[in-house]
Amino acid sequence: MVEHRRWNDILAYAILTFGVFIVVFPVYVALIASTHDAATVVNGNMPMLPGSHTLENYYRAIFIGGSRASREPVGHMLMNSFVMAMGIALGKIVISILSAYAVVYFRFPFRQTAFWIIFVTLMLPVEVRIYPTYKVIADLKMLDTYAGLILPLIASATGTLLFRQFFMTIPDELLEASRIDGAGPFRFFKDTLLPLSVTTMAALFVIQFIYGWNQYLWPLLITTQESMQTIVTGIKKMLTTTDELAEWQLAMATAILAMLPPVAVVVFMQRLFVRGLVETEK
Amino acid sequence: MANVSLRNVRKTYPGGFEAIKGIDFEICDGQFCVLVGPSGCGKSTLLRMVAGLETITSGEIDIGGRVVNEIEPADRDIAMVFQNYALYPHMSVYNNMAYGLRNRGMPKPEIDTRVREAAQTLELTGMLDRKPRQLSGGQRQRVAMGRAIVRQPKVFLFDEPLSNLDAKLRVAMRVEIRKLQRRLKTTSIYVTHDQLEAMTLADILVVMNGGQVEQIGSPLDIYRRPATTFVASFIGAPPMNLIKLSGDEIRAQFAGDRRSAAEAGILGVRPEDLSISGAATADGGITLNLTVEAIERVGAETFVYGTRARAEKAVSATPGELPEGEVIVRIPGQDAPAIGASIRAAAHRDKLHLFSADGRNRIDI
Amino acid sequence: MEKSAVFKGKLLPYLLLVPQLVITLVFFYWPASQAVWQSFLREDAFGLNSEFIGLENYQALLAQPEYYKAMATTVVFSSLVAALSLSIALLFATQADKNLKAAPTFKVMMIWPYAVAPAVAGVLWLFIFHPSLGTMARPLRLMGFNWNPMLNGNHAMALVVMAAVWKQIAYNFLFFLAGLQAIPRSVLEAGAIDGAGPYRRFWTITFPLLSPTTFFLLVVNVVYVFFDTFGIIDAVTGGGPAGATTTMVYKVYADGRLGGDLGGSAAQSVILMVIVIALTAIQFRYVERKVQY
Repeated sequence: MVEHRRWNDILAYAILTFGVFIVVFPVYVALIASTHDAATVVNGNMPMLPGSHTLENYYRAIFIGGSRASREPVGHMLMNSFVMAMGIALGKIVISILSAYAVVYFRFPFRQTAFWIIFVTLMLPVEVRIYPTYKVIADLKMLDTYAGLILPLIASATGTLLFRQFFMTIPDELLEASRIDGAGPFRFFKDTLLPLSVTTMAALFVIQFIYGWNQYLWPLLITTQESMQTIVTGIKKMLTTTDELAEWQLAMATAILAMLPPVAVVVFMQRLFVRGLVETEK
Repeated sequence: MANVSLRNVRKTYPGGFEAIKGIDFEICDGQFCVLVGPSGCGKSTLLRMVAGLETITSGEIDIGGRVVNEIEPADRDIAMVFQNYALYPHMSVYNNMAYGLRNRGMPKPEIDTRVREAAQTLELTGMLDRKPRQLSGGQRQRVAMGRAIVRQPKVFLFDEPLSNLDAKLRVAMRVEIRKLQRRLKTTSIYVTHDQLEAMTLADILVVMNGGQVEQIGSPLDIYRRPATTFVASFIGAPPMNLIKLSGDEIRAQFAGDRRSAAEAGILGVRPEDLSISGAATADGGITLNLTVEAIERVGAETFVYGTRARAEKAVSATPGELPEGEVIVRIPGQDAPAIGASIRAAAHRDKLHLFSADGRNRIDI
Repeated sequence: MEKSAVFKGKLLPYLLLVPQLVITLVFFYWPASQAVWQSFLREDAFGLNSEFIGLENYQALLAQPEYYKAMATTVVFSSLVAALSLSIALLFATQADKNLKAAPTFKVMMIWPYAVAPAVAGVLWLFIFHPSLGTMARPLRLMGFNWNPMLNGNHAMALVVMAAVWKQIAYNFLFFLAGLQAIPRSVLEAGAIDGAGPYRRFWTITFPLLSPTTFFLLVVNVVYVFFDTFGIIDAVTGGGPAGATTTMVYKVYADGRLGGDLGGSAAQSVILMVIVIALTAIQFRYVERKVQY
């Protein structure tokens, strides 16, 4: 609309700039804290400009860990987080594209039952069944293993529903043309369905990677050894020593490192991310 | 090359809906057969049954002397062009055409020869590396054709292949399809709802309605001697005028005819067979007194819409396009009577069609 | 919605389903049914003996004032987070919807906190508002405000709400923006021609047309506050001080782990399941309705 065009825009810019400020501020403070030494951070009057201890802090965080307690170096925790996030994302894509293919492209007894068995999982996040799941993992001797970290978190319907929804938009004629061209179920999947699903897979990957990376409660419970800790749970442990002794500059460096991979994924794969987010929630 | 025979073919869906109610006909080797009818008449279902995409409830479909009822689409030696083309969106034009051949394990050099030959025929040579989305509608249509011809199948199946194109392109592609088919001499079955496409393409025309065949024959035979009022109004545009007459009127009009029996209740006359004249018609034809309601000038000819002066009613069979009492007269040139004028439209006796009162039977005069 | 063109295949579809079904049965149905079963049992501290006690766990739970307190905390927490994050996100989204040149940049700048783990978000906010070393604590104290989330329950609640809202704005912003962009310009133009000013247009045209999005987000936000904020609470307050930030989910965790009361914890899980299923059912009904449009 034409009215007050200029003022309207100026107001919009002002509000949005303020919004971005709120959004960025905590991270900025953390970033600054990660460049100062412990004393500067703790005195309660930390400057708002970068300090000179950046390399030292990040080096210590990544390779050595905090000095006051036996802590894992963050480098290793990053590795664990990466394995877990990749495992969840890839695992979910594989199992859900297969099950969606079965449910959409075949007719067989108990098809609806199978679909509902999967569908119901949408309703209950892992948090509500946390201890019994823990017990299952313990019984299966999967505590402190990647399998234990990954498997319970891929038992959900989001991926299946997403692929199902996408498959439904593929014209039936494509399957019919493939059949006339002599392609069976395997060839159709490999030659047509998989290539067409690439974007959907990528979108799901982005969402699930972030989901997996950011898990907290589950890894907190089932990892007892420091060597299996993920970075998101590791930060908290850096702060559980009495507050004055906690090395905040290292914790903040760790926080920045913990944010980096998923935030990079959102920023650099923005379109896939938005698509994945919107479509998995439909 | 192959004959295609359908013997008492039926299709009933699980819900009990009878889509195809017993169809018999034979297409000889190299013929171009067009299935035409309104939407929902079962023509596409029938084509898909020939393709093997729909199961056959009863009866037999025979391609080249082999009953194919239980044979997979891939093994029927047919190729199909879909209405939306169904091109593989992620494959290049070349791969779209080559895919079916590769799946059959054809050696690479032969695939290459065939694809390039087809591309040349269809003027696609420069586009072999493009993806379908980079092509225009007409080009996609050609690729779909190419995918069919590289296979060198016994039978081509076309499911309304031109309906996604604009009018001008549709005419051009229609001519090309016919030329191509003449050259390849491949038996073809072509489904359309467009009577003009049907008339111009077919060697043998099958008019379908409600899951049944209304009439089979050469296009001109069907145009000249429609077997039912449905065919009469479906083939030809604008449609045949159908006028319901009482037994008395019929007898009066056709007194002395052998078979002008009382069972005849509908008189049909094509708009192009009527002419506007002052004089009464000779040789036992008919004359209608009309009031002009509307005029459509399309250049070379003019359509005059009139209502009959007397309280006689005209009927139109499904899919009827004429309101009750309306008669269309098609006259050459642009000279037309004024709206509101009274005119007399006359037709020769040999241009009249008589049908039974229910429209299901033609009665020869 | 069903495909009409399908493959025949007797064994193959089952093989395709096996991985997902096995994982779902082992890691979802088995533990979920265990939770239900356990909620009727009393187990000793070592998990050696268990005894069927019917609804006793539930009775004990419902007799606990702490449980009602956790419920109340959850309600307060959810309402605050949902109301604040939705309205702030809507404000930003309406501004970003105004065809600005820099709108795409603002969009990226607004959505990335979605990727920050709740626990990490909690740590960031804890650091800013830490009573002794926080950047914001000092100005607050200078203003004469005795800020201490470690001791004051309301302050602790305010802090976790801030962190939770901060993280959730991104998500709400994204969906609101998509919803706004789906409103046809012509409708707003018609409103303008009918004499409605920008403010009036927002409340009489945009907001009602946005209501499906708002409702959807409301449900999603409540589910988010219920579960995903666990990390924030654990990192910032650990449920304290004196249980002031112990939500129902946090209590399930705390009772099971720290207290070792698995039966009671299981009973709480079951109650939570019922709540989530109800919420999800509401959401599905809404989704169905949306599909019918």
